[in-house]
Amino acid sequence: MFDQLSDRLQSTLSEVRSRGKLSESDVDAAMREIRLALLEADVNFKVVKSFTRTLKERCLGADVLQSLDPGQQVVKIVNEELAELMGGTGEELAMATSGPTVILMSGLQGSGKTTACAKLAQYFRKQNKDVALAACDVYRPAAVEQLVTMGGRAGAHVYEQGTEADPVDIATWALDRAREERRDVLIIDTAGRLHIDQELMAELARIRKKTDPDDVLLVVDAMTGQDAVGVAESFAEAAEFDGVVMTKLDGDARGGAALSVKAVTGKPILFASTGEKIEDFDRFHPDRMAQRILGMGDVLSLIEKAESQVDEKAAEDLQEKLKKDQFTLEDFLTQMKQVRKMGPLSGILGMLPGMGAMKQLKNANIDERELDRTEAIILSMTPAERADPHIIKGSRRKRIANGSGTKVQQVNALVKQFDQMRVLMRSMANGKMPSPEQMMAMQQGAMPKPKIRRR
Amino acid sequence: MATTWQEMLDLGDRAPVASAPAEEEPERRRGVFRRLRESLSASRKALTEEISASLFDRIDDETWELLEEALILADVGAPTTAAVVERLEHEVESGAVPADGVAVRDRLIEILAEVAGTARAPIDLAAEPAVLMMVGVNGTGKTTTIGKIAWHLSKEFGLSVVLAAADTYRAAAAEQLETWAERAGAELVRGQAGADPGSVAYDAINAARARGADVVIVDTAGRLHTQSDLMEELSKVRRVISKQIPDAPHETLISIDATTGQNGLRQAKIFSEAAEVDGVVLTKLDGTAKGGIALAIAADLGIPVKLIGVGETLEDLRPFDPDDYARALLAE
Repeated sequence: MFDQLSDRLQSTLSEVRSRGKLSESDVDAAMREIRLALLEADVNFKVVKSFTRTLKERCLGADVLQSLDPGQQVVKIVNEELAELMGGTGEELAMATSGPTVILMSGLQGSGKTTACAKLAQYFRKQNKDVALAACDVYRPAAVEQLVTMGGRAGAHVYEQGTEADPVDIATWALDRAREERRDVLIIDTAGRLHIDQELMAELARIRKKTDPDDVLLVVDAMTGQDAVGVAESFAEAAEFDGVVMTKLDGDARGGAALSVKAVTGKPILFASTGEKIEDFDRFHPDRMAQRILGMGDVLSLIEKAESQVDEKAAEDLQEKLKKDQFTLEDFLTQMKQVRKMGPLSGILGMLPGMGAMKQLKNANIDERELDRTEAIILSMTPAERADPHIIKGSRRKRIANGSGTKVQQVNALVKQFDQMRVLMRSMANGKMPSPEQMMAMQQGAMPKPKIRRR
Repeated sequence: MATTWQEMLDLGDRAPVASAPAEEEPERRRGVFRRLRESLSASRKALTEEISASLFDRIDDETWELLEEALILADVGAPTTAAVVERLEHEVESGAVPADGVAVRDRLIEILAEVAGTARAPIDLAAEPAVLMMVGVNGTGKTTTIGKIAWHLSKEFGLSVVLAAADTYRAAAAEQLETWAERAGAELVRGQAGADPGSVAYDAINAARARGADVVIVDTAGRLHTQSDLMEELSKVRRVISKQIPDAPHETLISIDATTGQNGLRQAKIFSEAAEVDGVVLTKLDGTAKGGIALAIAADLGIPVKLIGVGETLEDLRPFDPDDYARALLAE
């Protein structure tokens, strides 16, 4: 996500840190680097200026220069200021006390509104809320169809009147219907519009007035450049938005737009869209994001993600099985599926501390197809084979290879790697940490071998 | 002056049909130029205000800092900005350019136009059928751009166009392209939702050959350049196409949203690695964004901008003219 920015700050500050004593010219040099890094990250020019000014003042404070480890102090200050800039601790969506909570979505063309609508619907569906979507983008060809398809996938009701009706009328009609049908949430999708298109901005203001939404959200593409600020200011004026949804954060955009929008409009970033799949959508945690920029990792998000996906009971059972050495390929399959439910593995890796510093891993490309193949091989085994892979010999091997569309060698390799892993897991379950040699062996023999490609 | 469609397209031996205007009337050309400038200066804080000739009336460190600031705010990016400003500063200091407000500003326009015009080349549609492939990140305007290109080729140049709806991923993408195909009078070839994009491209080229069509335009699903499996898919679609016609795709264009910041450079670079991009379509220039990232892409990667989108209507897709662009960035 913010990889490059984090790298830049880290390399600048680690130099300072290694020296132990910080001079004013050191601070100036660090500030220049930070300024350049932030500009490259598309943080708005004016925001960068005031940010580095504040930063410098704090860094030159007596307590920093005279502290034992000034470099570390600077890291801490940058972290605090970044988090502050992005909005302190996470803020919440306003929910209606009675009747449907109405959420109006707005943004430029191509920022990802329709997708964000469906993802937000899915987010509420997970909380067992009854969600309806209103299709008010009557301009872009097939936008209504897109919302119907994606909303359906999210399990939401989609209210649409085709493309002939007036968007303001559709919105009020949808609101009436949502009230009648006692939906918990109504999300209104609107057409993408340019912030300088007065006619369409006026239309947006009318939709806002007629539906009196609890929340107006601005959808912002994480790849937006310097213009993000101007766009946000215009939308703030016309639609008085309450919060921001950052989209396409799964790319390598450094996302300076996120920093800038908050800094200039004061509106918090509430959600982040982080992938192609409908569930790739999360609350935005500014404080954690700042730590991530500095390469401190986003362990909290990872734990929450794991908690929401992994069944407590199943985890305990597994622990037990590991101890008793009863771990089978069947269990392995379940495990693998659970991990994969958390999203693409590369995304999970990005949340681990220190990953930003590990160059090979940063560009690691875990080939999801490799995982598919492993799954296919196990699925082609009989229950008996899964329980005891040792019985897999000649003709069984051939059958499994045929069934999974792989080669006999691949089946062999899987069985062998599973064996090694089981030995290792048993020792770990009994509280012994594996030796470095064992770790190496496991890494090499790890079933889905991560393919590391350097770009 | 303004680059015309005719100059921007290499149609090979195909003579433009009578229905195509042999040359645009000066009236309309002025209109287009005005429109571009208007769209580029729509912002109250237009770059033009910040870089007026008066900026160069007194030339000192602050002048160069203000110029840097203006270019960075236009998303030109720090390295290209530094290169442009250093060059101008050097020329002024060495006396190669007189230290006179108007002369310095004119030289700045020249330098910017030179950078913007790096590696200029027309869109290669000489082959029969010619295959044009459109790639880019989600939401940058690929499908819309294809619709408009098809319309120009078909209505202004009388070419028969086949559109391949190889975006089989995004819900309703094929429907969106279908609407455009109808408007442009082009034929649409589509597959099932989730179908292999390569097979759709394959079918479209077959259809084009069978009917003797002039141009096949392949729409692909928007993808982030960081999704290596999807980038690999793009290379595969390319391979499928070149198996059918050895030199195809003859032209690959990447659409880049003018509001894009420095990430645009990464997009162009990585898409280029996967799909050998020949040019950029800079879309959504009708907002307040200046699309300065195009300068960085041209300077850094040598990939030229070929088309720009300055509005919603069909005529708003225009051939890119580096000189007009530089002027529009800076004109009064």
